[in-house]
Amino acid sequence: MTEYQPLLQLSGVSKTFADNTVLDALDLTIYDGEFLTLLGPSGCGKTTVLRIIAGFEQEDCGSVMLDQQNLAVLKAELRPVNTVFQSYALFPHMTVYENIAFGLKMHKVAKADIKTRVDEALRMVRLDSFAQRKPHQLSGGQQQRVAIARAVVNRPRLLLLDESLSALDYKLRQEMQIELKRLQRQLNITFVYVTHDQEEALSMSDRIVVLNKGKVQQIGTPREIYENPANLFVARFIGEINQFDGHVVRRIDEQHVEVVAEGADWVVKTDHPFVADDKVHVLLRPEDIRLTKSELVLDSVHVEGHIYECSYKGKTLDSYIRLASGTKVIASEFFDEDDPDFDYRLEQKVALQWTTGWEVVLPYEYAN
Amino acid sequence: MNMQINQFRFWAIGLATSWLALFVLVPSLMVLVTSFLTRDPDFLIRFEFSLDGWRSVFDPSFISLLWDSLSMALITACICLAIAYPFVMCLMSLPSKWRPIILFLLIVPFWTNSLVRIYAIQYLLGKKGLINDAMLGIGLIDKPLDLLYTPFAVIFGLSYILLPFMILPIYSAMEKLDLRLLDAAKDLGANAAQRLWRITLPLTLPGIVAGSLMVILPAMGMFFVADLLGGSKHALLGNVIKNQFIQTRDWPFGAALSVLMIILLSFMLWLYYRATKLSNRQGGINDSDF
Amino acid sequence: MTQTFKFGFIGLVLFYVYSPIFVLMVNSVNGSRYGNKWQGFTFKWYEKLFENDALMQAAWHSLVVGITSATAATVIGTLAAVALQRYRFYGKGAVSSLVFVSMLTPDIVMAIALLILFVTLGIELGYISLLIAHITFCLPFVIISVFSRLKGLDMSVTEAARDLGANEWQVFSKIILPMILPAVASGWLLSFTLSIDDVIVSAFVTGPGYEILPLKVYSMVRVGVSPEVNAISTLLFVGSVVLIVISQLLLRYKRK
Repeated sequence: MTEYQPLLQLSGVSKTFADNTVLDALDLTIYDGEFLTLLGPSGCGKTTVLRIIAGFEQEDCGSVMLDQQNLAVLKAELRPVNTVFQSYALFPHMTVYENIAFGLKMHKVAKADIKTRVDEALRMVRLDSFAQRKPHQLSGGQQQRVAIARAVVNRPRLLLLDESLSALDYKLRQEMQIELKRLQRQLNITFVYVTHDQEEALSMSDRIVVLNKGKVQQIGTPREIYENPANLFVARFIGEINQFDGHVVRRIDEQHVEVVAEGADWVVKTDHPFVADDKVHVLLRPEDIRLTKSELVLDSVHVEGHIYECSYKGKTLDSYIRLASGTKVIASEFFDEDDPDFDYRLEQKVALQWTTGWEVVLPYEYAN
Repeated sequence: MNMQINQFRFWAIGLATSWLALFVLVPSLMVLVTSFLTRDPDFLIRFEFSLDGWRSVFDPSFISLLWDSLSMALITACICLAIAYPFVMCLMSLPSKWRPIILFLLIVPFWTNSLVRIYAIQYLLGKKGLINDAMLGIGLIDKPLDLLYTPFAVIFGLSYILLPFMILPIYSAMEKLDLRLLDAAKDLGANAAQRLWRITLPLTLPGIVAGSLMVILPAMGMFFVADLLGGSKHALLGNVIKNQFIQTRDWPFGAALSVLMIILLSFMLWLYYRATKLSNRQGGINDSDF
Repeated sequence: MTQTFKFGFIGLVLFYVYSPIFVLMVNSVNGSRYGNKWQGFTFKWYEKLFENDALMQAAWHSLVVGITSATAATVIGTLAAVALQRYRFYGKGAVSSLVFVSMLTPDIVMAIALLILFVTLGIELGYISLLIAHITFCLPFVIISVFSRLKGLDMSVTEAARDLGANEWQVFSKIILPMILPAVASGWLLSFTLSIDDVIVSAFVTGPGYEILPLKVYSMVRVGVSPEVNAISTLLFVGSVVLIVISQLLLRYKRK
């Protein structure tokens, strides 16, 4: 991200609605040209961040700077920022063309220029032949693209997208994700995308900001967020994760410590300066867990459990295992048709292992 | 059990349908027929085709009266609109729990007899009425104005009586307005005036037309308003119709005038239909506007 | 600043709307006959009002017409609204447009249409003709008020009731009616007010033998100022406010 210049800076932004603190001293820098996603459960404050940037809400304290200019003094209609609304908010009494031309008209762009730019925007979202339709004559995906064209035609410094794909069905959403990526590269505009859908966030973003209860939990690339979650909230919110609680027995070397969890001694890799007796969480993604039928297991570190539910997911087979301690674990393995052993019966005993280094070790969080 | 289903269905559908047919549809057709019959001094009408009723409608002396009544109704609608629209806009900007209370306060006086309230306006507008008193008191005028028995008084009374019929449809249209559209317009650079002109007004147009319809037509018919506030000089269409039926006994002419009002109603319904088309709520008549 | 302006404007409109009623109420206890000057508090106009037999009888007639026509219109209108919501039948579209148009038809047109009908059918102008006319102009308001309530309800409960063995009448009386009762009640109240309030239709369809309050008041105020009118208007206003407040309280109580 180093080649990007900072475009928008939020510092210490707080917002409270009737005793409910939605944003709590939020700091965030958005870089020019990036695709940034604000990800979090509903009520985490992500939409409020967007509305503050757009100017629909006023922050209680803190500042929002765009290119070193304080946005607080600019009314929403004067900010070089445009929004693609969750409900699209297309003007029902105007044609597609009039909808897209609206912002240009408001900014008193010359008539001839409006025509060229609207036509160009229509071509970009592949709706050239729909210019004279009214919004209600379009499908959901088409309305979505009009909403995008209506915003980008103004060439904003920053495009804000508020859960813009959530109203579409699964298939269309996938297509629009690719379309949005393409548009972002083509236009070279900074996108700030808000979503609660972690899969969408992972597949589209350059960087993800995970928010919860008005606070930033982690900022990073999709890969960093998925592979090295900064805390339990991020780990649990992004994808599925198995959690083993244990404590450190001793430090082996700079990168490795020995941990006791689920009655076994594990060697785990961590950069955290744990010392003996520290309580820890050992986290593992379902796809990082290896299962072996108990009778076949070799004499290496493992923990035993039995399968109480199997669910066939097409690509993978998900096994639900209950360990001796009562802990429940999900393991997700690629389905291998040629392996005669690859099939578990319910109540079958299995041994559970993983490759050292695939786990994530976090300090124990007492709040849980 | 089947019998019972049929019986309930039969009564539920039959009662209202026959009532409406007998007391709305048939009489309306009779008005239309009457307008083409001949006037008879002894038996009111004679079953003989005649265009006399319609000829009286297009008589030049009558046309000017019709025009007066229509223009008073239009001015009334404009005044009601000029009060109602800003009123509703102010109302909408209040917290939503306040709105029903204020609307309720607004409606309460309209549950009392409209005739009685017109009579009260006589007090207000009279030479020694409150308005003249007040204006004399602050030195705006030095002798009382003749407010009563003028077109002004009639229009004042009509707009007073009909104001809620403008406010309620506009309120219901404004309530349906998607506020996110205003955010979107703001986002695209529209200032407050542009948002009003380009978004709010076109999208609440059906409410405006519905309100106008509910003001203009009654404003032409409320004969007692003209009677009490306009004296004999400033008659409404309603006064003329009433005279034809009660005093002059020219039923074909009176019936033709009623048909005229129905035509006006149809025209306004057509306007309403166009307005919903424009604001693109799928077109068609939407009873929730009324 | 803008907030003050908004409240100021709303306040001004409310003042405008209430001022004539306020004038009436003050004058109903004003000693001065012409109501220009305050000449001391008095109840004499109320006394005169109760001594005025013709006026009292007209008020009684209005009450009778109001209650009977509101009740009949509510029964017919409720059934019609349920039929329009639940059943498909031939001419349904025509019936609903008839309802809609009859609501919008100017009173004066409806008045002469009914007058022509009554004269043609030879119905004597009096209580019966008034009753029919009042039911007719109240009917669409009841239908629309009940219908819009029905539209907002989840009608799958009626299917559940049918599934459990209720017949149409039981579905109506045990399921639908309790759910729409607030709308039925407000339909009745609206009808009663419309009936008590009506001048235009009644002026055409009543005869000399059956005088009702608005027409009696009309003939009194046409000839000049009569303070009894102030008194009875005040009573009517207070009565209707009490009625509305009670109905609102009942509705709220019901919801809890």
